[in-house]
Amino acid sequence: MFHYAVRRVLWLVPTLLAMALVTFLVMHATPGSPLDPVAEGANPLSPEAQQNLAKAYGLDKPLHEQFAIFVVKAVQFDFGTSFVYKTRTVAEILVETFPVSLLLGGMALAVAVAGGLMLGILAAVNQNRGWDYVSVTLATFGVAVPNFVLAVFFIILFSFVIPLFPTGGWDSPRDWVLPTITLALGPMGVIARFTRASMLEVIRADYTRTARAKGLAERPVVFKHALKNALIPVVTLLGPMFAAVGTGSFFVESIFRVPGMGRFFVLSMTGRDYPMIMAVVLTYGVFLAIMNLAVDLLYGVLDPRIRY
Amino acid sequence: MSVTPASTTVGAVIPDTISFSSSSLTRDAFRRILRNKLAVAGGIVVVLLILIAVFADVLAPYSYTKTNFGRLNEAPTRDYPLGTDQLGRDMLSRMIYGARVSMLVGLGAQVIVVLIGVPIGALSGYVGGRVDLFLTRFVDVMYAFPRLLFVILVMSALGAGLMNIFIAIGLTGWVGIARQTRAQVLSLKEKEFVEGARALGAGFPRTLFKHVLPNALTPIVVSVTFGIPEAIFTEAALSFIGVGINPPTPSWGQMVGEGQQYLRSYWHLCVFPSIAIAITMLAFTFLGDGVRDALDPKLK
Repeated sequence: MFHYAVRRVLWLVPTLLAMALVTFLVMHATPGSPLDPVAEGANPLSPEAQQNLAKAYGLDKPLHEQFAIFVVKAVQFDFGTSFVYKTRTVAEILVETFPVSLLLGGMALAVAVAGGLMLGILAAVNQNRGWDYVSVTLATFGVAVPNFVLAVFFIILFSFVIPLFPTGGWDSPRDWVLPTITLALGPMGVIARFTRASMLEVIRADYTRTARAKGLAERPVVFKHALKNALIPVVTLLGPMFAAVGTGSFFVESIFRVPGMGRFFVLSMTGRDYPMIMAVVLTYGVFLAIMNLAVDLLYGVLDPRIRY
Repeated sequence: MSVTPASTTVGAVIPDTISFSSSSLTRDAFRRILRNKLAVAGGIVVVLLILIAVFADVLAPYSYTKTNFGRLNEAPTRDYPLGTDQLGRDMLSRMIYGARVSMLVGLGAQVIVVLIGVPIGALSGYVGGRVDLFLTRFVDVMYAFPRLLFVILVMSALGAGLMNIFIAIGLTGWVGIARQTRAQVLSLKEKEFVEGARALGAGFPRTLFKHVLPNALTPIVVSVTFGIPEAIFTEAALSFIGVGINPPTPSWGQMVGEGQQYLRSYWHLCVFPSIAIAITMLAFTFLGDGVRDALDPKLK
């Protein structure tokens, strides 16, 4: 177990380097340069000005050197100055926006896990009856319909038709409701589907029948005997869930005007803000890699049958 | 699953049984799909969407670029059944051409994904050794990268456009299918019938393409059916944030992206394409679920 954990942590390094390299190369293959004038169709900057700018941003050095410098600085959480917001460093922007995304993502994940488990259990216990159909329908919608489409429907329903929540912003907890639910619905559907399938399997298992046979009430059978075992395969889902919530937040944050990392990422995409884009991609990458690792280790703790 | 009744008939004429059993998996699967109402409904919607995409030129009442500056952002009327957009273009016509983009991306991208993913996976599984190690490591790194993030990155480098969407989805989408093919080939290549083929003198390509791959087909087909809605979603998501399809070519995702800013004043700009995306995704998901259950009841 310990060896496995150490090996996995060491594997993080080449994975992250590969991510950084891919991001770096893709960004530099992109046509258009931050040395171009900001305004569209404006006269190009004078050669001297361009050289000065390139020097200031380190763009005059050969590519491999630029990459090495980038990696060394990134380890110290120094991503340079944003190309678009020229007075602020990328680290400053990240420090400001990451907690917002983390809060939104954390709430969405909590809703998704709680809701997904509840729907999955309800569906499995009432197989092929009312509750089963309700939760399967909800799960299918969450899985199939993209969250920006859900967002449109939710805004129309809960902001215009029934004016319960604002259409966007991030000032009071009331603003949090719609973005959180929109972001949560997809992962919730996946969790509900898996929990249902896994519960159905466990409920038919011999030890569940034994528990019933010895006269246990329905509640302890479901929650103590069945659920515990049904949860094990569901835990593996958490890794991909983090990724889904992370990338999903680009769209949800854009639509609901949430001042988080995802919205900044979309904005920096159009502004070709290299340092910003690389920083966001790496932050997501590191975060997801660590979360995946945590999930894999947790899996081993929950299921003693697993040996590394 | 029960055995099909026809094949259990005692004393059936022998040639009959043979010709039946040769197509029984496909026929059996087809029968099972037909029994699944949701899958049938999904299938019908998919066929309709493909027809709309193919006959877009005939069906659309206006050209998708034709502007009418006298009637901007108009709600649905008799002339414009779904209203007009910010430039006075007919929403219905743009939606119809949007179906073409969605179908092209959904089906076309899967062709690329299969063409890249299946050979790589098959080679990796069949050859094994160092090739396999290298490919699995590569696939692992690709897997660690959130898919959509990578597609967005590639698109921002290549620039918007239909061709580039194919490239971006192809570059990122083959990983899953390669993994699956590898696992299948790995278990199949040790089976007796493959050994038998080799013993009879079949060469490497013949063994792989004639004996191993056809038997690995089921999970590949299933993953392709689920890959289609994923590709459609990817295109819509890319166009939504403005790095997908180039205007003036209409795409549902792009229409939602542009329309959502005016949701309060001009609801129709955003609502109709949203509904179209939702219906399309649901239809493909139902069909995919049906195909999976029909081809391999155990996979569920």
